[in-house]
Amino acid sequence: MAENDPEEEIILSELDDTELVEQMFDDLYDGMREEIEEGVRILLDRGWAPYRVLTEALVGGMKIVGEDFRDGILFVPEVLLAANAMKGGMAILKPLLAETGAPTIGKMVIGTVKGDIHDIGKNLVSMMMEGAGFEVVDLGINNAVESYLEAMEREKPDILGMSALLTTTMPYMKVVIDTMVAEGLRDDYIVLVGGAPLNEEFGRAIGADAYCRDAAVAVETAKALIARRHNSLAAG
Amino acid sequence: MTRTPDGFATSGPSLPSDIELTTAGLPLAWTVEPNAAERGRILLIACGALAREVLALRAQPSLSHLHLTCLPANLHNHPERIPAAVRTAVEQHRGTYAHIKLLYADCGTGGQLATLCEELGIEMLPGPHCYAFFDGTERFAARAEMTSFYLTDFLVRQFDAFVWRPLGLDRHPELRDAYFGNYRNLVHLAQIDDPDTAQLAKRHAERLGLDFERRVTGYGDLGTAMQGWARSDR
Repeated sequence: MAENDPEEEIILSELDDTELVEQMFDDLYDGMREEIEEGVRILLDRGWAPYRVLTEALVGGMKIVGEDFRDGILFVPEVLLAANAMKGGMAILKPLLAETGAPTIGKMVIGTVKGDIHDIGKNLVSMMMEGAGFEVVDLGINNAVESYLEAMEREKPDILGMSALLTTTMPYMKVVIDTMVAEGLRDDYIVLVGGAPLNEEFGRAIGADAYCRDAAVAVETAKALIARRHNSLAAG
Repeated sequence: MTRTPDGFATSGPSLPSDIELTTAGLPLAWTVEPNAAERGRILLIACGALAREVLALRAQPSLSHLHLTCLPANLHNHPERIPAAVRTAVEQHRGTYAHIKLLYADCGTGGQLATLCEELGIEMLPGPHCYAFFDGTERFAARAEMTSFYLTDFLVRQFDAFVWRPLGLDRHPELRDAYFGNYRNLVHLAQIDDPDTAQLAKRHAERLGLDFERRVTGYGDLGTAMQGWARSDR
């Protein structure tokens, strides 16, 4: 009998915490939603705080997925499956996080711009930002400037995120930013932009604070800019 | 190979397959006699996805002096790689030709192809992509069909290479709605009125869970651009 039978079924509940978290990293990587949901429930049953499950098991696992995507080891389909698995875990944790008053780093309003229905990148960013401790208000697809302005007025976010997949729709980001400037709102928000045809130069040219190449970069950029903002307010 | 008196092929080895046009493009040798004393004055550098259409147009006597080479069509799966490939091709050929024209639209490069063309001093096709110039760039923009997913004849035939496999739908068909859930219909922009291609396009729409629409566009602005370039050199 082989000592390490690859077909041997792993019983998650029989693993200790460290092994279970490592196994959940693997399961996230492989996009196994049911296993992730089971792992989350086991850790909660063992007395883990929801925030700890989120950060140590789910976000830790997605960080590996994000890094391998960036390095060209994983591709969009695999990332989507991993995200779907994480979504399963998040669905269990979200109400518990709200109850336990888990810390929030900041708030983001995010949406795909007018004329554009592509939301895969935006959805990944939303999920990763939530996982990193941001409160995210997702405006969905095809957002006109009025939709963004209303949401900023209503939600008072720290960050506005805009996404576009098309060369024809990405210039609309400038329309939104120019309107914010005209209305004297631009400096009240951190503006992050992303999407396949964008680049850093475009982000600078339209007056965004940063272009984010992928969801992992969006999270790191958001954290860094929020910290810088707090520092400048403190130095104030 | 049969050639016209000025050295161009009128028949000969069959055009590379769609798979070859996708992965390798079309070599210049296909339209140019290797030892021809007279070299052309205009070279078209095109996307491999346009090879058949450009060659069909080039069959007109007024366009037959245009030489053609194509880059692999699958560069479209990584649009950020298109500008570098174009630069290499232009640098390779610019010593030989008086004029080089680029048969690419923006093609998801976010304006980088236009910037490159400006730097290199060459012309390219207008508009966002081939769907637009086949349909007519202005008409396409006016339609503003954001919930339509487009396929040209080439993309209908190479659907698996450009859509199904790169999106992982061969391995994970359950992801279909994550990609296409916001789309309403698949529009087949047909360059040639061919019932087999139309049938295939309809099947792709069914696979994607989308309504199907077909428009016979012909070659649209592609022909207009080639004729303009050919005339300007006379």
